[in-house]
Amino acid sequence: MSDQARTSVTERPALVLAQFAGPKELIMAAKKTRGAGYKKFDCHSPFPIHGMDQAMGEKQSPLGWIVGGLALIGGTGSLLMQWWMSAIDYPVIISGKAFFSFQAFVPITFELTVLLSAFGAVFGMFALNGLPRLHHPIFNSDRFAAASNNGFFLSVEAADAKFDPLQTTSFLESIGGEHVETLNEEVHDD
Amino acid sequence: MTSQAPTAYVAPPLISGNPTFQSVSDDIAGVTERKQPVVWYLGFALFFSILLMFGGITGYLFWEGVGIWGLNIPVAWGWAIVNFVWWVGIGHAGTLISAILFLFRQRWRTSINRMAEAMTIFAVICALIFPAIHVGRVWFVYWTLPFPNQMSMWPNFRSPLLWDVFAVGTYFTVSLLFWYVGLIPDLATLRDRATTRLKRVLTGIFALGWRGANHHWKNYERAYLILAGIATPLVLSVHSVVSFDFAVSLVPGWHTTIFPPYFVAGAIFSGFAMVMTLAIVARKIYHLENFITLRHFDAMNKIMLATSMMVGYAYICEFFIAWYSGNEYEMFAFINRATGPYAWAYWTMIICNVFIPQLLWSGRLRRNIVAMFIIAIFINIGMWFERFVIVVSSLANDFLTSSWDYYTPTIFDVLTYVGTFGVFFTLFLLFIRFLPMIAIAEIKGVLPQADPHHDGENGMQERPALAGGGSHE
Repeated sequence: MSDQARTSVTERPALVLAQFAGPKELIMAAKKTRGAGYKKFDCHSPFPIHGMDQAMGEKQSPLGWIVGGLALIGGTGSLLMQWWMSAIDYPVIISGKAFFSFQAFVPITFELTVLLSAFGAVFGMFALNGLPRLHHPIFNSDRFAAASNNGFFLSVEAADAKFDPLQTTSFLESIGGEHVETLNEEVHDD
Repeated sequence: MTSQAPTAYVAPPLISGNPTFQSVSDDIAGVTERKQPVVWYLGFALFFSILLMFGGITGYLFWEGVGIWGLNIPVAWGWAIVNFVWWVGIGHAGTLISAILFLFRQRWRTSINRMAEAMTIFAVICALIFPAIHVGRVWFVYWTLPFPNQMSMWPNFRSPLLWDVFAVGTYFTVSLLFWYVGLIPDLATLRDRATTRLKRVLTGIFALGWRGANHHWKNYERAYLILAGIATPLVLSVHSVVSFDFAVSLVPGWHTTIFPPYFVAGAIFSGFAMVMTLAIVARKIYHLENFITLRHFDAMNKIMLATSMMVGYAYICEFFIAWYSGNEYEMFAFINRATGPYAWAYWTMIICNVFIPQLLWSGRLRRNIVAMFIIAIFINIGMWFERFVIVVSSLANDFLTSSWDYYTPTIFDVLTYVGTFGVFFTLFLLFIRFLPMIAIAEIKGVLPQADPHHDGENGMQERPALAGGGSHE
């Protein structure tokens, strides 16, 4: 696995990883892991599995609130911008039209509402997911590359209160996990 | 007819050939890993040469000015605007497939959405080129953006042309983000399959460290749903705003309220024709028959037939409203379209957009690759002529007969238009070469074995029609 020869760095367990046969087995494993009292665990699959959120007891994604907030900022901000630029800062008479006519400002208000909502959806999703994160102890597994192909994995993090490398390993084996392995992360000594 | 009792309808599988998760990765990601076929190199050589020619032509345009085009007064908008509307319209099918069909749970879209979204982005790039180079002093094009400047002036927010800047700019940005979000899991697949370090590092950076975690999928799916939800009104707004460029003016033939829905229907019509054109060729060359099946083409052909009739209805409705308005300029504008100096363009448009697509009523032709390819090409041509008729015939014969003029493009108009094909296809060929042209993760999600209730455990019944990827056992 990892090289333990380095001097200034020690390693400690970060998570226990187990592989399961397919989507159905992974959902059952998630239910059992949750039932056993584990909180900080995650399932890894090449595609989102229908019903996994319920099996893991996941709360709904809060992303909608982020997008809603940014949509509000985009809408009011762009309308205020057009009003201030066209009617306050430098009013110019064009075709005898009113300086502030909200009808003419609707298209750009709409477009900027959409633009900021899209930024909120994409970058809000990155923030909630903690991405980009190019390095993660889970990538130390040789088998884990299959998670983007045909592999179905369940990982229990060391931060979980019930976590114990040996007990968690035997638990995951008892619920049908294969190739159960403990993955370490590096800790820099002082 | 047999005497057996009728059985429940079982939809044919979305993906044929009984694929496994592994074979989906191999078939789709493999295209980017194997050596490209000879035809890819020939195509790239051709279109990259055209791209270089396009660079030369636009360089000459910047040096010499838009006078090298065939523009005159009253026809101050010529091919550049025709091409702009045509290209931006083509983009709309990609968003329709990726966003609107997603909201309607049309799971067959997974086979074509990646390619269609790529087409959208490249078509919008081609579209954006035209208004940008049409402004004449192209180095001042950034004046369309509201930024504090030494003249302390702001853009005119009451102008539809400025709405266009924001609409098409937003459209491009949102399409790019939507496309990229869809690509992240597939980039992780490419990363995990990479055989060289360079490839692993590059795909790894763009995959952002994706690890397929359900915590991530939860937010990811929500982001995808929200993006689809906002891209839907966005795509409808973009071609509406493009149509405002015409409809908000007072030119007879342009100043009509039917323009926004008429433009949107036409955009989807032409875009589907371009998706068909690209998908048929890519499917053939890369042997993707199991992913893009005749069922997909059948569905797309039905959408083309429906939008063809919407467009045909709009053509008739325009004539009716012109007559019903009692406005002699409006009436003349439309009679002149069908019988005047541009009648040849008008009837080309009618034949290509209204008559030829009627062949798609035939179920046999909807499933005949050669027939649908030819029909799609006719639609691509017809929709270009639609924009030509709208732009040129309305301007050439406007209010005063003394100011009428006939518009003829110059060689530079033609070469600029041809040049954008170089831009478009060079980008598309690079996309096919380096990125998975079908959404791998989404395809896996619609396979029967992806459903955790696949074998009917827990007393759950199969829901073939609803789930789309129903059992074929």
